[in-house]
Amino acid sequence: MHYFIELFFSGLTRGAIYALIALGYTMVYGIIGLINFAHGEIYMIGAFTSYIVASVLSLYGYPLFATVIIAGAAAVVWSGAYGYTVERLAYRPLRRAPRLSPLISAIGMSILLQNYVFLAQTSDFISFPKLIPDLPFMDRYADYLGSSDVVILFTTLIVMGILTFIIRYTRIGKAMRATAQDSTMAMLVGINVNRVISATFVIGSGLAAIGGMLIAAHIGQINYYIGFLAGIKAFTAAVLGGIGSIPGAVLGSLVLGLTESFATGYVSSDYEDVFAFTLLVLILIFRPSGLLGKKESQKV
Amino acid sequence: MLKLQNLRAGYGNIIAVDDVSLEVGQGEIVSLIGANGAGKSTVLMTISGVVSCLAGRVLLDDVEIQGLEPDQIVRRGVCQVPEGRHIFPQLTVRENLDMGAFLRRDKKGIRDDIDYVFTLFPILAERRNQDGGTLSGGQQQMLAMSRALMARPSLLLLDEPSMGLAPLMSKQIFKIIKRINADHGTTIFLVEQNANQALHIAHRGYVLENGRIVLAGSGEALLTDPEVQKAYLGI
Ligand SMILES: Nc1ncnc2c1ncn2[C@@H]1O[C@H](COP(=O)(O)OP(=O)(O)OP(=O)(O)O)[C@@H](O)[C@H]1O
Ligand SMILES: [Mg+2]
Repeated sequence: MHYFIELFFSGLTRGAIYALIALGYTMVYGIIGLINFAHGEIYMIGAFTSYIVASVLSLYGYPLFATVIIAGAAAVVWSGAYGYTVERLAYRPLRRAPRLSPLISAIGMSILLQNYVFLAQTSDFISFPKLIPDLPFMDRYADYLGSSDVVILFTTLIVMGILTFIIRYTRIGKAMRATAQDSTMAMLVGINVNRVISATFVIGSGLAAIGGMLIAAHIGQINYYIGFLAGIKAFTAAVLGGIGSIPGAVLGSLVLGLTESFATGYVSSDYEDVFAFTLLVLILIFRPSGLLGKKESQKV
Repeated sequence: MLKLQNLRAGYGNIIAVDDVSLEVGQGEIVSLIGANGAGKSTVLMTISGVVSCLAGRVLLDDVEIQGLEPDQIVRRGVCQVPEGRHIFPQLTVRENLDMGAFLRRDKKGIRDDIDYVFTLFPILAERRNQDGGTLSGGQQQMLAMSRALMARPSLLLLDEPSMGLAPLMSKQIFKIIKRINADHGTTIFLVEQNANQALHIAHRGYVLENGRIVLAGSGEALLTDPEVQKAYLGI
Protein backbone atom coordinates (compact mmCIF):
# COMPACT_ATOMS: atom_id res chain seq x y z
CA MET A 1 0.00 0.00 0.00
CA HIS A 2 2.88 2.31 0.84
CA TYR A 3 4.32 1.75 -2.56
CA PHE A 4 1.01 2.40 -4.25
CA ILE A 5 0.58 5.74 -2.49
CA GLU A 6 4.13 6.71 -3.28
CA LEU A 7 3.58 5.96 -6.97
CA PHE A 8 0.30 7.82 -6.87
CA PHE A 9 1.92 11.00 -5.59
CA SER A 10 4.85 10.81 -7.93
CA GLY A 11 2.34 10.38 -10.77
CA LEU A 12 0.44 13.44 -9.61
CA THR A 13 3.64 15.47 -9.52
CA ARG A 14 4.52 14.39 -13.03
CA GLY A 15 0.98 15.15 -14.15
CA ALA A 16 1.14 18.63 -12.63
CA ILE A 17 4.28 19.44 -14.60
CA TYR A 18 2.76 18.04 -17.80
CA ALA A 19 -0.31 20.14 -17.17
CA LEU A 20 1.69 23.35 -16.87
CA ILE A 21 3.18 22.66 -20.30
CA ALA A 22 0.10 21.11 -21.91
CA LEU A 23 -1.97 24.21 -21.18
CA GLY A 24 0.21 26.22 -23.55
CA TYR A 25 -0.31 23.72 -26.36
CA THR A 26 -4.02 23.53 -25.85
CA MET A 27 -4.62 27.27 -25.47
CA VAL A 28 -2.67 28.12 -28.61
CA TYR A 29 -4.41 25.35 -30.52
CA GLY A 30 -7.78 26.55 -29.28
CA ILE A 31 -7.15 30.07 -30.56
CA ILE A 32 -5.32 29.61 -33.86
CA GLY A 33 -5.45 25.86 -34.53
CA LEU A 34 -1.67 25.52 -34.50
CA ILE A 35 0.50 22.97 -32.71
CA ASN A 36 3.30 25.14 -31.38
CA PHE A 37 6.18 22.68 -31.60
CA ALA A 38 8.56 25.26 -30.13
CA HIS A 39 6.64 25.18 -26.86
CA GLY A 40 8.89 22.54 -25.27
CA GLU A 41 11.84 24.83 -25.92
CA ILE A 42 10.10 27.69 -24.13
CA TYR A 43 9.84 25.41 -21.12
CA MET A 44 13.55 24.61 -21.39
CA ILE A 45 14.38 28.32 -21.63
CA GLY A 46 12.30 28.90 -18.50
CA ALA A 47 14.40 26.32 -16.66
CA PHE A 48 17.64 27.92 -17.86
CA THR A 49 16.52 31.44 -16.99
CA SER A 50 15.62 30.45 -13.45
CA TYR A 51 18.94 28.60 -13.20
CA ILE A 52 20.95 31.66 -14.24
CA VAL A 53 19.04 34.12 -12.10
CA ALA A 54 19.03 31.85 -9.05
CA SER A 55 22.78 31.21 -9.39
CA VAL A 56 23.54 34.92 -9.57
CA LEU A 57 21.28 35.76 -6.64
CA SER A 58 22.78 33.05 -4.44
CA LEU A 59 26.22 34.51 -5.20
CA TYR A 60 25.00 37.72 -3.60
CA GLY A 61 23.64 35.76 -0.68
CA TYR A 62 19.96 36.41 -1.21
CA PRO A 63 17.69 34.40 1.11
CA LEU A 64 16.18 31.29 -0.49
CA PHE A 65 12.61 32.50 -0.57
CA ALA A 66 13.47 35.76 -2.32
CA THR A 67 15.69 33.86 -4.74
CA VAL A 68 12.87 31.49 -5.68
CA ILE A 69 10.39 34.29 -6.23
CA ILE A 70 12.73 36.46 -8.27
CA ALA A 71 14.05 33.55 -10.33
CA GLY A 72 10.51 32.35 -10.99
CA ALA A 73 9.34 35.79 -12.01
CA ALA A 74 12.34 36.23 -14.29
CA ALA A 75 11.69 32.86 -15.91
CA VAL A 76 8.04 33.72 -16.51
CA VAL A 77 8.84 37.11 -18.00
CA TRP A 78 11.74 35.91 -20.12
CA SER A 79 9.91 32.85 -21.47
CA GLY A 80 6.88 35.02 -22.07
CA ALA A 81 9.05 37.34 -24.15
CA TYR A 82 10.29 34.36 -26.13
CA GLY A 83 6.78 33.07 -26.68
CA TYR A 84 5.66 36.50 -27.86
CA THR A 85 8.62 36.83 -30.21
CA VAL A 86 8.26 33.35 -31.65
CA GLU A 87 4.65 34.09 -32.54
CA ARG A 88 5.50 37.44 -34.11
CA LEU A 89 8.41 36.12 -36.14
CA ALA A 90 7.45 32.59 -37.05
CA TYR A 91 3.66 32.36 -37.05
CA ARG A 92 2.03 35.74 -37.62
CA PRO A 93 3.50 36.26 -41.10
CA LEU A 94 2.02 32.86 -42.02
CA ARG A 95 -1.45 33.51 -40.62
CA ARG A 96 -3.06 33.24 -44.05
CA ALA A 97 -0.74 30.59 -45.45
CA PRO A 98 -1.77 26.93 -45.85
CA ARG A 99 -1.84 25.04 -42.55
CA LEU A 100 1.34 23.11 -43.20
CA SER A 101 3.51 26.25 -43.39
CA PRO A 102 3.19 27.41 -39.77
CA LEU A 103 3.68 23.82 -38.63
CA ILE A 104 7.00 23.60 -40.44
CA SER A 105 7.90 27.03 -39.16
CA ALA A 106 7.18 25.77 -35.63
CA ILE A 107 9.51 22.81 -36.04
CA GLY A 108 12.16 25.15 -37.39
CA MET A 109 11.77 27.44 -34.37
CA SER A 110 12.13 24.48 -32.05
CA ILE A 111 15.39 23.40 -33.65
CA LEU A 112 16.67 26.97 -33.68
CA LEU A 113 16.00 27.56 -29.98
CA GLN A 114 17.48 24.20 -28.99
CA ASN A 115 20.69 24.83 -30.87
CA TYR A 116 20.97 28.37 -29.69
CA VAL A 117 20.84 27.26 -26.05
CA PHE A 118 23.22 24.43 -26.90
CA LEU A 119 25.73 26.96 -28.23
CA ALA A 120 25.14 29.54 -25.51
CA GLN A 121 25.36 27.00 -22.69
CA THR A 122 26.78 23.50 -23.21
CA SER A 123 25.45 20.10 -24.09
CA ASP A 124 26.38 18.79 -20.64
CA PHE A 125 23.92 18.45 -17.86
CA ILE A 126 24.22 21.40 -15.49
CA SER A 127 23.33 20.84 -11.88
CA PHE A 128 20.44 22.99 -10.79
CA PRO A 129 20.56 24.82 -7.42
CA LYS A 130 18.48 23.37 -4.64
CA LEU A 131 15.61 25.83 -4.67
CA ILE A 132 13.10 23.73 -2.77
CA PRO A 133 14.06 23.35 0.90
CA ASP A 134 13.25 20.24 2.93
CA LEU A 135 10.06 21.09 4.70
CA PRO A 136 10.35 19.91 8.32
CA PHE A 137 6.69 18.95 8.65
CA MET A 138 7.10 16.60 5.67
CA ASP A 139 9.37 14.23 7.59
CA ARG A 140 6.43 12.15 8.75
CA TYR A 141 5.31 11.55 5.17
CA ALA A 142 8.73 10.97 3.71
CA ASP A 143 7.78 7.43 2.68
CA TYR A 144 5.08 8.71 0.40
CA LEU A 145 6.24 11.97 -1.07
CA GLY A 146 9.02 14.50 -0.79
CA SER A 147 8.99 18.21 -0.10
CA SER A 148 9.42 19.05 -3.74
CA ASP A 149 6.33 17.02 -4.67
CA VAL A 150 4.30 19.05 -2.21
CA VAL A 151 5.72 22.33 -3.47
CA ILE A 152 5.08 21.36 -7.09
CA LEU A 153 1.50 20.27 -6.46
CA PHE A 154 0.74 23.32 -4.36
CA THR A 155 2.28 25.76 -6.83
CA THR A 156 0.48 24.14 -9.74
CA LEU A 157 -2.81 24.40 -7.90
CA ILE A 158 -2.32 28.12 -7.26
CA VAL A 159 -1.25 28.76 -10.84
CA MET A 160 -4.32 26.92 -12.16
CA GLY A 161 -6.50 28.99 -9.88
CA ILE A 162 -5.02 32.20 -11.24
CA LEU A 163 -5.41 30.99 -14.82
CA THR A 164 -9.04 30.05 -14.25
CA PHE A 165 -9.69 33.47 -12.80
CA ILE A 166 -8.06 35.20 -15.76
CA ILE A 167 -10.02 33.21 -18.30
CA ARG A 168 -13.37 33.53 -16.55
CA TYR A 169 -13.42 37.05 -15.31
CA THR A 170 -10.89 39.35 -16.95
CA ARG A 171 -11.37 41.26 -20.17
CA ILE A 172 -8.51 39.51 -21.91
CA GLY A 173 -9.84 36.14 -20.69
CA LYS A 174 -13.27 36.82 -22.13
CA ALA A 175 -11.65 37.94 -25.37
CA MET A 176 -9.67 34.70 -25.44
CA ARG A 177 -12.78 32.56 -24.98
CA ALA A 178 -14.65 34.47 -27.66
CA THR A 179 -11.73 34.20 -30.10
CA ALA A 180 -11.40 30.46 -29.49
CA GLN A 181 -15.08 29.96 -30.22
CA ASP A 182 -15.34 32.17 -33.31
CA SER A 183 -12.43 34.34 -34.32
CA THR A 184 -14.23 36.19 -37.14
CA MET A 185 -17.02 37.17 -34.81
CA ALA A 186 -14.50 38.16 -32.18
CA MET A 187 -13.10 40.69 -34.65
CA LEU A 188 -16.59 41.92 -35.43
CA VAL A 189 -17.35 42.75 -31.80
CA GLY A 190 -14.16 44.80 -31.65
CA ILE A 191 -11.67 42.39 -30.16
CA ASN A 192 -8.10 42.92 -31.33
CA VAL A 193 -7.46 39.30 -32.23
CA ASN A 194 -3.74 39.81 -32.76
CA ARG A 195 -3.44 41.03 -29.20
CA VAL A 196 -5.41 38.03 -27.95
CA ILE A 197 -3.08 35.67 -29.80
CA SER A 198 -0.02 37.39 -28.33
CA ALA A 199 -1.51 37.21 -24.84
CA THR A 200 -2.20 33.51 -25.30
CA PHE A 201 1.41 32.83 -26.25
CA VAL A 202 2.70 34.90 -23.33
CA ILE A 203 0.46 33.20 -20.77
CA GLY A 204 1.16 29.71 -22.12
CA SER A 205 4.90 30.42 -22.11
CA GLY A 206 4.77 31.72 -18.55
CA LEU A 207 3.05 28.54 -17.38
CA ALA A 208 5.65 26.40 -19.14
CA ALA A 209 8.44 28.43 -17.51
CA ILE A 210 7.01 27.71 -14.06
CA GLY A 211 6.87 24.03 -15.00
CA GLY A 212 10.47 24.17 -16.22
CA MET A 213 11.73 25.74 -13.01
CA LEU A 214 9.81 23.32 -10.78
CA ILE A 215 10.93 20.18 -12.57
CA ALA A 216 14.53 21.38 -12.72
CA ALA A 217 14.48 21.96 -8.97
CA HIS A 218 12.87 18.54 -8.49
CA ILE A 219 15.29 16.56 -10.64
CA GLY A 220 18.33 18.73 -9.97
CA GLN A 221 19.82 19.04 -13.43
CA ILE A 222 19.06 20.54 -16.84
CA ASN A 223 20.42 20.64 -20.35
CA TYR A 224 19.39 22.12 -23.69
CA TYR A 225 17.49 18.99 -24.72
CA ILE A 226 15.00 18.67 -21.83
CA GLY A 227 12.29 20.49 -23.77
CA PHE A 228 12.04 17.80 -26.38
CA LEU A 229 10.70 14.86 -24.37
CA ALA A 230 8.76 17.06 -21.94
CA GLY A 231 7.19 18.83 -24.91
CA ILE A 232 6.15 15.61 -26.60
CA LYS A 233 4.75 14.18 -23.39
CA ALA A 234 2.78 17.33 -22.63
CA PHE A 235 1.51 17.41 -26.19
CA THR A 236 0.41 13.79 -25.76
CA ALA A 237 -1.39 14.80 -22.58
CA ALA A 238 -3.14 17.65 -24.37
CA VAL A 239 -4.32 15.35 -27.15
CA LEU A 240 -5.35 12.76 -24.58
CA GLY A 241 -7.55 15.29 -22.81
CA GLY A 242 -8.87 16.78 -26.05
CA ILE A 243 -6.71 19.41 -27.68
CA GLY A 244 -8.24 22.86 -27.39
CA SER A 245 -9.90 22.05 -24.06
CA ILE A 246 -8.33 23.58 -20.94
CA PRO A 247 -9.84 21.17 -18.38
CA GLY A 248 -8.98 18.43 -20.87
CA ALA A 249 -5.30 19.36 -20.80
CA VAL A 250 -5.24 19.13 -17.02
CA LEU A 251 -7.11 15.83 -16.93
CA GLY A 252 -5.01 14.34 -19.74
CA SER A 253 -1.85 15.36 -17.93
CA LEU A 254 -2.91 13.72 -14.67
CA VAL A 255 -3.96 10.53 -16.46
CA LEU A 256 -0.67 10.42 -18.32
CA GLY A 257 1.41 11.18 -15.23
CA LEU A 258 -0.31 8.48 -13.18
CA THR A 259 -0.13 5.91 -15.98
CA GLU A 260 3.59 6.47 -16.37
CA SER A 261 4.20 6.37 -12.67
CA PHE A 262 2.32 3.10 -12.12
CA ALA A 263 3.74 1.50 -15.22
CA THR A 264 7.25 2.40 -14.14
CA GLY A 265 6.64 1.24 -10.60
CA TYR A 266 4.87 -2.05 -11.26
CA VAL A 267 6.21 -3.10 -14.63
CA SER A 268 9.53 -1.61 -15.57
CA SER A 269 10.95 1.82 -15.98
CA ASP A 270 12.21 0.75 -19.40
CA TYR A 271 8.66 0.86 -20.68
CA GLU A 272 7.72 4.27 -19.33
CA ASP A 273 7.45 5.97 -22.70
CA VAL A 274 5.91 2.92 -24.34
CA PHE A 275 3.00 3.10 -21.91
CA ALA A 276 2.53 6.81 -22.48
CA PHE A 277 2.30 6.46 -26.22
CA THR A 278 0.24 3.26 -26.11
CA LEU A 279 -2.28 5.19 -24.08
CA LEU A 280 -2.27 7.91 -26.71
CA VAL A 281 -2.83 5.45 -29.54
CA LEU A 282 -5.68 3.77 -27.68
CA ILE A 283 -7.40 7.09 -27.02
CA LEU A 284 -6.98 8.16 -30.62
CA ILE A 285 -8.58 4.92 -31.79
CA PHE A 286 -11.51 4.82 -29.39
CA ARG A 287 -12.07 8.49 -28.65
CA PRO A 288 -10.33 10.56 -31.31
CA SER A 289 -11.46 13.89 -29.89
CA GLY A 290 -9.83 13.09 -26.54
CA LEU A 291 -11.35 12.68 -23.09
CA LEU A 292 -13.01 16.10 -22.91
CA GLY A 293 -12.65 17.32 -26.49
CA LYS A 294 -15.51 18.39 -28.65
CA LYS A 295 -17.08 15.67 -30.76
CA GLU A 296 -16.57 17.41 -34.05
CA SER A 297 -13.76 19.91 -34.40
CA GLN A 298 -15.08 22.87 -36.33
CA LYS A 299 -11.90 24.90 -36.37
CA VAL A 300 -11.20 26.86 -39.49
CA MET B 1 -22.30 58.46 -43.95
CA LEU B 2 -20.78 55.46 -45.74
CA LYS B 3 -19.31 55.70 -49.23
CA LEU B 4 -17.67 52.96 -51.25
CA GLN B 5 -15.62 54.20 -54.18
CA ASN B 6 -14.50 51.75 -56.88
CA LEU B 7 -14.04 49.05 -54.27
CA ARG B 8 -12.21 45.88 -55.25
CA ALA B 9 -11.83 42.96 -52.86
CA GLY B 10 -11.25 39.23 -52.97
CA TYR B 11 -9.50 36.19 -51.62
CA GLY B 12 -6.01 35.30 -52.85
CA ASN B 13 -6.22 35.33 -56.60
CA ILE B 14 -10.00 35.50 -56.72
CA ILE B 15 -11.48 38.95 -57.18
CA ALA B 16 -14.95 38.71 -55.69
CA VAL B 17 -16.12 42.30 -56.06
CA ASP B 18 -14.81 44.94 -58.40
CA ASP B 19 -15.46 48.60 -59.03
CA VAL B 20 -18.27 48.78 -56.52
CA SER B 21 -19.38 52.31 -55.70
CA LEU B 22 -22.33 53.05 -53.49
CA GLU B 23 -23.49 55.37 -50.79
CA VAL B 24 -25.48 55.03 -47.59
CA GLY B 25 -26.79 58.28 -46.13
CA GLN B 26 -27.21 59.15 -42.46
CA GLY B 27 -30.40 57.58 -41.07
CA GLU B 28 -31.17 55.62 -44.23
CA ILE B 29 -32.01 51.98 -44.76
CA VAL B 30 -30.21 50.85 -47.91
CA SER B 31 -30.51 47.33 -49.33
CA LEU B 32 -28.03 45.47 -51.46
CA ILE B 33 -29.57 42.55 -53.29
CA GLY B 34 -27.97 39.89 -55.43
CA ALA B 35 -27.87 36.19 -56.18
CA ASN B 36 -25.69 33.56 -54.49
CA GLY B 37 -22.03 34.32 -54.95
CA ALA B 38 -22.65 37.84 -56.25
CA GLY B 39 -20.23 39.21 -53.64
CA LYS B 40 -22.62 40.71 -51.09
CA SER B 41 -20.96 39.25 -48.02
CA THR B 42 -17.57 40.20 -49.39
CA VAL B 43 -18.70 43.84 -49.58
CA LEU B 44 -19.74 43.81 -45.92
CA MET B 45 -16.62 41.99 -44.76
CA THR B 46 -14.49 44.53 -46.61
CA ILE B 47 -16.29 47.40 -44.92
CA SER B 48 -15.65 45.70 -41.56
CA GLY B 49 -11.97 45.24 -42.40
CA VAL B 50 -12.03 41.44 -42.22
CA VAL B 51 -11.44 41.05 -45.97
CA SER B 52 -8.77 43.38 -47.24
CA CYS B 53 -9.56 46.05 -49.76
CA LEU B 54 -7.45 45.60 -52.91
CA ALA B 55 -8.35 48.89 -54.57
CA GLY B 56 -10.70 51.81 -54.12
CA ARG B 57 -11.79 53.48 -50.93
CA VAL B 58 -14.16 53.02 -48.02
CA LEU B 59 -15.18 56.35 -46.54
CA LEU B 60 -16.96 56.76 -43.24
CA ASP B 61 -18.09 60.33 -42.73
CA ASP B 62 -15.57 61.24 -45.42
CA VAL B 63 -12.65 59.60 -43.59
CA GLU B 64 -10.92 56.65 -45.22
CA ILE B 65 -11.24 53.50 -43.14
CA GLN B 66 -10.01 50.81 -45.51
CA GLY B 67 -6.87 49.19 -44.17
CA LEU B 68 -7.86 49.70 -40.54
CA GLU B 69 -8.04 46.66 -38.28
CA PRO B 70 -11.56 45.31 -37.68
CA ASP B 71 -11.62 46.40 -34.04
CA GLN B 72 -10.76 49.96 -35.08
CA ILE B 73 -13.71 49.96 -37.44
CA VAL B 74 -16.04 48.74 -34.67
CA ARG B 75 -14.69 51.58 -32.52
CA ARG B 76 -15.87 54.00 -35.21
CA GLY B 77 -19.42 52.76 -34.79
CA VAL B 78 -19.72 50.25 -37.64
CA CYS B 79 -21.09 46.89 -36.50
CA GLN B 80 -21.96 43.84 -38.53
CA VAL B 81 -24.35 40.96 -38.04
CA PRO B 82 -22.65 38.43 -40.30
CA GLU B 83 -24.27 35.81 -42.46
CA GLY B 84 -24.99 32.70 -40.43
CA ARG B 85 -25.25 34.73 -37.20
CA HIS B 86 -21.96 33.57 -35.65
CA ILE B 87 -23.30 33.24 -32.12
CA PHE B 88 -20.60 32.28 -29.61
CA PRO B 89 -21.92 28.78 -29.00
CA GLN B 90 -20.56 28.17 -25.51
CA LEU B 91 -21.38 31.58 -24.13
CA THR B 92 -24.79 32.19 -22.63
CA VAL B 93 -27.24 34.62 -24.20
CA ARG B 94 -26.27 37.16 -21.58
CA GLU B 95 -22.54 36.65 -22.19
CA ASN B 96 -23.06 36.97 -25.94
CA LEU B 97 -24.72 40.33 -25.32
CA ASP B 98 -21.84 41.37 -23.08
CA MET B 99 -19.39 40.50 -25.87
CA GLY B 100 -21.32 42.88 -28.11
CA ALA B 101 -20.52 45.64 -25.61
CA PHE B 102 -16.85 44.60 -25.46
CA LEU B 103 -15.52 48.08 -26.23
CA ARG B 104 -17.82 49.90 -23.84
CA ARG B 105 -17.09 50.78 -20.22
CA ASP B 106 -20.32 52.47 -19.17
CA LYS B 107 -21.90 49.79 -16.98
CA LYS B 108 -25.14 51.70 -16.57
CA GLY B 109 -25.58 52.30 -20.28
CA ILE B 110 -24.90 48.64 -20.99
CA ARG B 111 -27.59 47.61 -18.53
CA ASP B 112 -30.07 49.98 -20.16
CA ASP B 113 -29.27 48.58 -23.58
CA ILE B 114 -29.73 45.02 -22.39
CA ASP B 115 -33.17 46.02 -21.15
CA TYR B 116 -33.84 47.63 -24.52
CA VAL B 117 -32.95 44.50 -26.54
CA PHE B 118 -34.99 42.41 -24.13
CA THR B 119 -38.02 44.56 -24.96
CA LEU B 120 -37.31 44.09 -28.66
CA PHE B 121 -36.95 40.32 -28.21
CA PRO B 122 -38.61 39.16 -24.98
CA ILE B 123 -37.71 35.53 -25.68
CA LEU B 124 -34.04 36.39 -25.16
CA ALA B 125 -34.79 37.55 -21.64
CA GLU B 126 -36.34 34.16 -20.90
CA ARG B 127 -33.31 32.38 -22.30
CA ARG B 128 -30.65 34.65 -20.86
CA ASN B 129 -28.76 31.86 -19.10
CA GLN B 130 -28.97 29.35 -21.92
CA ASP B 131 -25.94 28.67 -24.14
CA GLY B 132 -26.11 30.57 -27.43
CA GLY B 133 -25.44 27.39 -29.41
CA THR B 134 -28.65 25.80 -28.18
CA LEU B 135 -30.99 28.52 -29.48
CA SER B 136 -33.15 28.00 -32.56
CA GLY B 137 -32.19 29.69 -35.81
CA GLY B 138 -34.68 32.50 -35.35
CA GLN B 139 -33.63 33.08 -31.76
CA GLN B 140 -29.99 33.12 -32.85
CA GLN B 141 -30.82 35.81 -35.40
CA MET B 142 -32.48 37.88 -32.67
CA LEU B 143 -29.46 37.39 -30.44
CA ALA B 144 -27.04 38.29 -33.23
CA MET B 145 -28.88 41.53 -33.92
CA SER B 146 -29.14 42.33 -30.24
CA ARG B 147 -25.45 41.69 -29.76
CA ALA B 148 -24.65 44.16 -32.53
CA LEU B 149 -26.98 46.74 -30.96
CA MET B 150 -25.09 46.39 -27.67
CA ALA B 151 -22.23 48.30 -29.31
CA ARG B 152 -24.59 51.25 -29.99
CA PRO B 153 -23.61 51.33 -33.65
CA SER B 154 -24.19 54.35 -35.80
CA LEU B 155 -24.05 52.12 -38.87
CA LEU B 156 -25.44 48.60 -38.71
CA LEU B 157 -24.48 46.09 -41.42
CA LEU B 158 -26.89 43.17 -41.72
CA ASP B 159 -26.02 40.13 -43.84
CA GLU B 160 -29.12 38.14 -44.84
CA PRO B 161 -30.97 38.45 -41.54
CA SER B 162 -33.93 36.50 -42.93
CA MET B 163 -31.92 33.51 -44.13
CA GLY B 164 -33.46 30.22 -43.10
CA LEU B 165 -36.34 31.79 -41.19
CA ALA B 166 -40.04 30.91 -41.50
CA PRO B 167 -42.03 33.64 -43.30
CA LEU B 168 -43.61 34.89 -40.10
CA MET B 169 -40.33 35.13 -38.27
CA SER B 170 -38.67 36.83 -41.20
CA LYS B 171 -41.48 39.39 -41.28
CA GLN B 172 -40.92 40.08 -37.60
CA ILE B 173 -37.19 40.55 -38.16
CA PHE B 174 -37.81 43.13 -40.90
CA LYS B 175 -40.27 44.94 -38.64
CA ILE B 176 -37.61 45.14 -35.93
CA ILE B 177 -35.05 46.44 -38.44
CA LYS B 178 -37.40 49.29 -39.26
CA ARG B 179 -37.96 49.91 -35.58
CA ILE B 180 -34.22 50.05 -34.81
CA ASN B 181 -33.86 52.57 -37.61
CA ALA B 182 -36.77 54.64 -36.27
CA ASP B 183 -35.93 54.41 -32.54
CA HIS B 184 -32.31 55.52 -32.72
CA GLY B 185 -31.85 56.84 -36.25
CA THR B 186 -29.39 53.97 -36.73
CA THR B 187 -28.24 53.84 -40.33
CA ILE B 188 -28.76 50.39 -41.82
CA PHE B 189 -27.04 48.72 -44.74
CA LEU B 190 -28.86 45.50 -45.46
CA VAL B 191 -27.74 42.63 -47.67
CA GLU B 192 -30.49 40.27 -48.75
CA GLN B 193 -31.60 37.61 -51.19
CA ASN B 194 -35.14 38.15 -50.04
CA ALA B 195 -35.43 41.09 -52.42
CA ASN B 196 -39.11 41.69 -51.90
CA GLN B 197 -39.01 42.43 -48.17
CA ALA B 198 -35.58 44.04 -48.30
CA LEU B 199 -36.68 46.55 -50.92
CA HIS B 200 -39.99 47.21 -49.18
CA ILE B 201 -38.36 48.48 -46.01
CA ALA B 202 -35.46 50.22 -47.80
CA HIS B 203 -35.25 53.86 -48.77
CA ARG B 204 -32.87 52.95 -51.54
CA GLY B 205 -31.35 49.84 -53.03
CA TYR B 206 -28.55 48.47 -55.19
CA VAL B 207 -28.35 45.30 -57.25
CA LEU B 208 -25.08 43.40 -57.29
CA GLU B 209 -24.27 40.91 -60.05
CA ASN B 210 -20.98 39.04 -60.39
CA GLY B 211 -19.23 41.49 -58.13
CA ARG B 212 -20.49 44.64 -59.84
CA ILE B 213 -23.34 47.07 -59.19
CA VAL B 214 -25.74 46.82 -62.13
CA LEU B 215 -28.73 48.81 -60.87
CA ALA B 216 -29.51 51.43 -58.28
CA GLY B 217 -32.61 53.31 -57.27
CA SER B 218 -35.24 53.90 -54.62
CA GLY B 219 -36.80 50.83 -53.02
CA GLU B 220 -40.05 51.36 -54.89
CA ALA B 221 -38.36 51.96 -58.24
CA LEU B 222 -36.42 48.73 -57.94
CA LEU B 223 -39.51 46.78 -56.89
CA THR B 224 -41.25 47.82 -60.10
CA ASP B 225 -38.20 47.45 -62.33
CA PRO B 226 -38.91 44.69 -64.86
CA GLU B 227 -35.34 43.31 -64.68
CA VAL B 228 -35.46 43.10 -60.90
CA GLN B 229 -38.93 41.56 -61.01
CA LYS B 230 -37.76 38.90 -63.40
CA ALA B 231 -34.47 38.05 -61.73
CA TYR B 232 -35.15 38.53 -58.01
CA LEU B 233 -38.87 38.67 -57.38
CA GLY B 234 -39.95 35.73 -59.55
CA ILE B 235 -42.70 37.75 -61.17
N1 LIG C 1 -13.04 32.72 -47.99
C1 LIG C 1 -13.15 32.69 -49.33
N2 LIG C 1 -12.14 32.19 -50.08
C2 LIG C 1 -12.21 32.17 -51.42
N3 LIG C 1 -13.27 32.61 -52.12
C3 LIG C 1 -14.30 33.11 -51.44
C4 LIG C 1 -14.29 33.17 -50.01
N4 LIG C 1 -15.47 33.72 -49.61
C5 LIG C 1 -16.16 33.97 -50.74
N5 LIG C 1 -15.47 33.61 -51.83
C6 LIG C 1 -15.90 33.78 -53.24
O1 LIG C 1 -16.23 35.11 -53.48
C7 LIG C 1 -17.40 35.21 -54.25
C8 LIG C 1 -18.42 36.10 -53.55
O2 LIG C 1 -18.81 35.45 -52.36
P1 LIG C 1 -19.77 36.13 -51.30
O3 LIG C 1 -19.81 35.24 -50.10
O4 LIG C 1 -19.39 37.52 -51.11
O5 LIG C 1 -21.17 36.06 -52.06
P2 LIG C 1 -22.63 36.41 -51.52
O6 LIG C 1 -23.22 37.37 -52.48
O7 LIG C 1 -22.59 36.80 -50.12
O8 LIG C 1 -23.36 35.00 -51.68
P3 LIG C 1 -24.50 34.32 -50.77
O9 LIG C 1 -25.78 34.97 -51.14
O10 LIG C 1 -24.48 32.89 -51.22
O11 LIG C 1 -24.13 34.52 -49.37
C9 LIG C 1 -17.89 33.80 -54.50
O12 LIG C 1 -17.53 33.45 -55.81
C10 LIG C 1 -17.15 32.98 -53.50
O13 LIG C 1 -16.85 31.70 -54.00
MG1 LIG D 1 -23.29 36.01 -48.45
